[in-house]
Amino acid sequence: MTFTGKNIKRKEDYRLLSGNSQFVADMQEPGMAEALFVRSEHAHAKLNKIDISKAENMGGVYSVIIAEHFNGEVDQLPPHSEFTLPQNLIDEINPIIQPCPEDILAKDRVIYVGQPIAIIVADNRYIAEDAAELIEIEYESLPSITDPYKAMEQDVDIIHEQMSSNIQAQFDLSTGNYDQALKDSDNVLKERIKTPRVAANPIETRGILSTYDSRNGKLQVWSSTQVTFMVRKYISKLLGLVEHNVRVVAPDVGGGFGSKCAVYPEEIIIPYLSMKLDRPVRWIEDRMEHLLSTRQSRDQTHDVKVSYNNDGTITGIQDYFVLDNGAYNPLVLTCSYNTAAHLRGVYDIPNFVIGGNCVVTNKAPTIAYRGAGRPEAVFVMDRIIHLVATSLELDPVEVMMKNMIKPEQLPYDSGLIYRDGEKVIYDSGDYPDGLKQALELANYDKFRKEQKKVKSDGSYVGIGISSYVEGTGIGPHEGAIVRLDSSGHVMAFVGSAPHGQSHETTLSQICADEFGLDPEKVTVKAGDTDLIPYGVGTFASRGAVTAGNAVHVASKKLQEKLLAIAGEILEISPSDLEMNDGKVFPRAMQNKYVTLEDLALAAKPGPKCKVPEGMEPGVEATHYFVPPTVTYSSGYHVAIVEVDEETGFVDILKYYVVHDAGKVLNPKIVDGQIQGGVAQGIGAALYEELVYDDNGQLLTGTYMDYLIPTAMEIPDVEMDHQEFLSTRNPMGVKGVGEGGTISPPAAITNAVCDALNPLDIKLNDLPISPSKLRQRIKVAKTS
Amino acid sequence: MTETISVLVNGKKITSEVEPRLLLSDYLREKLDLTGTHLGCEHGVCGACTILVNGRTVRSCLMLAVQVDGCEVDTVESLTEGDGMLSPLQQAFADNHALQCGFCTPGFLMTITGFLENNPDPNDEEIKQAISGNLCRCTGYTNILKAVKQVSKSRKLKEVVKE
Repeated sequence: MTFTGKNIKRKEDYRLLSGNSQFVADMQEPGMAEALFVRSEHAHAKLNKIDISKAENMGGVYSVIIAEHFNGEVDQLPPHSEFTLPQNLIDEINPIIQPCPEDILAKDRVIYVGQPIAIIVADNRYIAEDAAELIEIEYESLPSITDPYKAMEQDVDIIHEQMSSNIQAQFDLSTGNYDQALKDSDNVLKERIKTPRVAANPIETRGILSTYDSRNGKLQVWSSTQVTFMVRKYISKLLGLVEHNVRVVAPDVGGGFGSKCAVYPEEIIIPYLSMKLDRPVRWIEDRMEHLLSTRQSRDQTHDVKVSYNNDGTITGIQDYFVLDNGAYNPLVLTCSYNTAAHLRGVYDIPNFVIGGNCVVTNKAPTIAYRGAGRPEAVFVMDRIIHLVATSLELDPVEVMMKNMIKPEQLPYDSGLIYRDGEKVIYDSGDYPDGLKQALELANYDKFRKEQKKVKSDGSYVGIGISSYVEGTGIGPHEGAIVRLDSSGHVMAFVGSAPHGQSHETTLSQICADEFGLDPEKVTVKAGDTDLIPYGVGTFASRGAVTAGNAVHVASKKLQEKLLAIAGEILEISPSDLEMNDGKVFPRAMQNKYVTLEDLALAAKPGPKCKVPEGMEPGVEATHYFVPPTVTYSSGYHVAIVEVDEETGFVDILKYYVVHDAGKVLNPKIVDGQIQGGVAQGIGAALYEELVYDDNGQLLTGTYMDYLIPTAMEIPDVEMDHQEFLSTRNPMGVKGVGEGGTISPPAAITNAVCDALNPLDIKLNDLPISPSKLRQRIKVAKTS
Repeated sequence: MTETISVLVNGKKITSEVEPRLLLSDYLREKLDLTGTHLGCEHGVCGACTILVNGRTVRSCLMLAVQVDGCEVDTVESLTEGDGMLSPLQQAFADNHALQCGFCTPGFLMTITGFLENNPDPNDEEIKQAISGNLCRCTGYTNILKAVKQVSKSRKLKEVVKE
């Protein structure tokens, strides 16, 4: 019996359902103090004076620190070198990148609302908040820049003094000959298309607990993070500690979606404080802090020019776009380059020019959020398809089919280089067939027929489609150590730690298959830097591809070793042995067997060791899976919506997804990722936006203003699957974590425009809030 | 300044000295170590901290510990049956993959527990409405809806068998 591909129930569920889970905020250590950050109230201001004396003297307060207290002891947080570009890509796109390290606490100036200025460590949060009231900060307000276009102008203030302009990073790339295509084409359209700033909003906010054992110099840090190894690296580097003495553990993590895929100043300073004060220190972010200062995302504006012919063939795209970094962007070009590399998606558009600017403004810093640059690209591309179709009075499906990469073109070389330095070559799939499947699932033709009647009755119903191809499972590596213990139980240790992705279940399925064991007899451990020497993390739809294949290969290696040991005991060639249900036996004589416990015992070093000569004693195997490059998942989303003309409210009547994630490890979990991803995408389409005023004040700092969709707004997504195995890893898996989120904004926007057609309404910006849509309907009706 | 409160928490009588300003959520989590009740927003919107007070669902981040003096409080830790077995509702969540990261889950479980007490046979719209005060960022809600239906259906079956 094989377990991969089956709906094995989740191993994680019991503790999460019974209240026995352990998130960082659930942990208390003896003598623990709590930290509170005092954050900037100004988007741009000089800090003329900070008086902490009253707060320091309050009962129950252990320490109040500002930047000058650790000058020279704690370095600035640099941009994450893990996300720097390979040399061949640098040669290709000639990027300009200005280094932009981040102060752990603001020194003499603040550059965004929410920037940490001071930390109070006290007996508990209540006292720390009382003390915060006693800190007097004298701000001298400076003009703030909230518009990235303004930030790029010649005569504006430069936000980071060491930079020569506010453009932190810039790149250009092209393939084909766009100018020629423009000359030779029948039509051209020009549009500005925008995706707003949003926040990931995992329901568990960030949190850190740090303890320091001064006797052995060991620092133990629990953090709600997606990247434990990165956190360890920067703690060790910035605090000057031997890396081995720093252990970072991500216990249960309540969602991340990219917002916990970075090292934050708080993750450096809380450990520093626990060392300095020689006591455990815990900081748990509250929701207002999360909305103010946890890294945000998207926020791109595209100026596109598209050349196309009367038959719907798109001959070329030119796109210059701006990503509003906010005050910092530690991932530098990651999201913007993802946008460039993914923009054309399933389409064969030979002439392509794209240039991106990442610009510093006085808003909260940004990083990646589920999809990381792809939802932005897909929104642009699918709006283009819809706009071209509308201008030619064609059905969008016709324009899609006309331009789509044909199955015989696969593997398809898109002419670009991926972020990992390899060529962008789509490995496997059948895109037109995926679209056909999606149209059948949605009953597209029938809908089109009925739509006419419904519309003539005065209802605004419409259908919209979006497609994507997504590079998933990026390297550089992820590893697994698989070990048999003396009770015959198999343990698998991995470096990529989950925050809802069900690693304990799916990875145990993979492992169990290799040993012929029930997944119950396999335990997967993750989220602890002491488990395995090297690890990367869980982000960018990479867990199943990288950690999955690492577990697969390491399990195979261990299985071979176990057979070799069994061969020594049974005096039979290992090739004549089989392993199943915890036993190893000769294929021809199944009642003569050794158990896994026997093998674990026989592998111990010493005179009784039965490990064949040339092999190390012990029953453990390690494998680091290094993907040759990413593997390309793909999918189609179809939305059917009804628009209330009076209120501007959009009701999603039906939502369909067809996707290809290669080999499916656990269908229920894969479907769960899609459904949940779609919900986040619907949020981005209709509800979510971080709004800043001209002074850089966040106007959406609570859940009363920043709207997250509820059960009332999310439909049951009907799904269908393609299963084109990836050619780039032994299991044939592709990533599925982000696909659900990538397409909803485009599918829903196209559906809304289709519903309102023939009213000339252009929705090239999100979210489609009722007030915005109502206004656009009004204008369209009067013009 | 502290007050003495006496509360029946998950069936067990507990007397504590608390500051009047102590939130009920912090009382449960920090003083009683009942960390199953989670905090997601602390302004009453996300629903992760939902518990039952005298059988009614409340947001424990919007109540003070002193307010539950003399009350019965039930948290997610009360749902698991004596032998550690999951209750039918918890089991339905596991059966239907109605949780991913699991952080919002205790709030959903308590909301639904309170809801089904009052409306044992709800329709889809009623369920959606009932859980619309709880935010989940992972599941996209529909599997939670399926889990609730599984429980209410099995309850109905039980009633039929009883009759």
